[in-house]
Amino acid sequence: MKPFILILLLMPFIVLAEQNIATLRSAEIAAEPDAPRMGNEENNDLRRKRNYPMQPPTIPHKIAGYRIDLNSNKCLSCHSRRQVVDSQAPMVSVTHYMDRDGNFLAEVSPRRYFCNQCHVPQTDVKPLVENTFQDIDTILDNQKIKQ
Amino acid sequence: MFDKIKDVWHTISHPSRYYSLGILIVAGFVAGIIFWGGFNTVLEATNTETFCISCHEMHNNVYQELKSTIHYTNRSGVRATCPDCHVPHDWTDKIARKMQASKEVWGKIFKTIDTREKFLAKRKELAQHEWDRLKANDSLECRNCHDFQYMDFTRQGKRAEQAHASGLASGEKTCIDCHKGIAHQLPDMTGVEGWH
Repeated sequence: MKPFILILLLMPFIVLAEQNIATLRSAEIAAEPDAPRMGNEENNDLRRKRNYPMQPPTIPHKIAGYRIDLNSNKCLSCHSRRQVVDSQAPMVSVTHYMDRDGNFLAEVSPRRYFCNQCHVPQTDVKPLVENTFQDIDTILDNQKIKQ
Repeated sequence: MFDKIKDVWHTISHPSRYYSLGILIVAGFVAGIIFWGGFNTVLEATNTETFCISCHEMHNNVYQELKSTIHYTNRSGVRATCPDCHVPHDWTDKIARKMQASKEVWGKIFKTIDTREKFLAKRKELAQHEWDRLKANDSLECRNCHDFQYMDFTRQGKRAEQAHASGLASGEKTCIDCHKGIAHQLPDMTGVEGWH
């Protein structure tokens, strides 16, 4: 019973805090703001450093018009095991050929088929929110300095 | 019946009795202009996007898919219409294609693809026809606008430049080998060379 009363007491503050959260939309709910300009997609074909080892690598090229559906997957026409010999593109990681029990399949696993669920192209724009992420090297370095 | 044919043959095989040679030549010339002009006008009329999408099969399927691609809308407003890619520009080739198109009239009459489902079921076959055609004529319709001679590789992306400088330049590959499904959606691509 006690936690419930506590929440009830804190309610007004929670509501106030929510109102202070800046909206990314920056417009009234009913209003339809102008769409922001589209950024320039990165297209330099240079691999970016990953922020942590498990991070899905970003896509360093344009993917406009690349369809990924039941019939075709444009990404795989360069990045699949069979195609890399012609395209010289990086092959999709071996984990993508595994089912969830760790068995290897002949084709890319259906659960990994939709590339841009994880892999995304980058655009040259000012970030909407500040990113304070530090990679593990920075954290370790900082700790060493503290000691 | 036989007599009638004989009469007609008699008329064509004998010199004119009432009209002078001059009249016949002038009249023939005028009739030639009218018929040939009319033929060409009709031919050109069937060679427009408006004509193509006057059939719902084209309007509801392929035309809708084209609309979101770069060949329909882009920054400079230069666009390709159906015949730009699907009908050869040279006269002889155009007539040959037009004769093939009688099969499409057959399809229209017998409702081969009159629903989206029927269209999708037949899509691979139809797409294969176009791929084969473009492969056979070395992507002629692409090259009507995209002339390899004037391609500036320095303005292309790294991957595009590499592919164009090797495969395309050597003639080993042609546009359609890599650029499939750029103006319409694709059928099931399993088993198609270069996919998956």
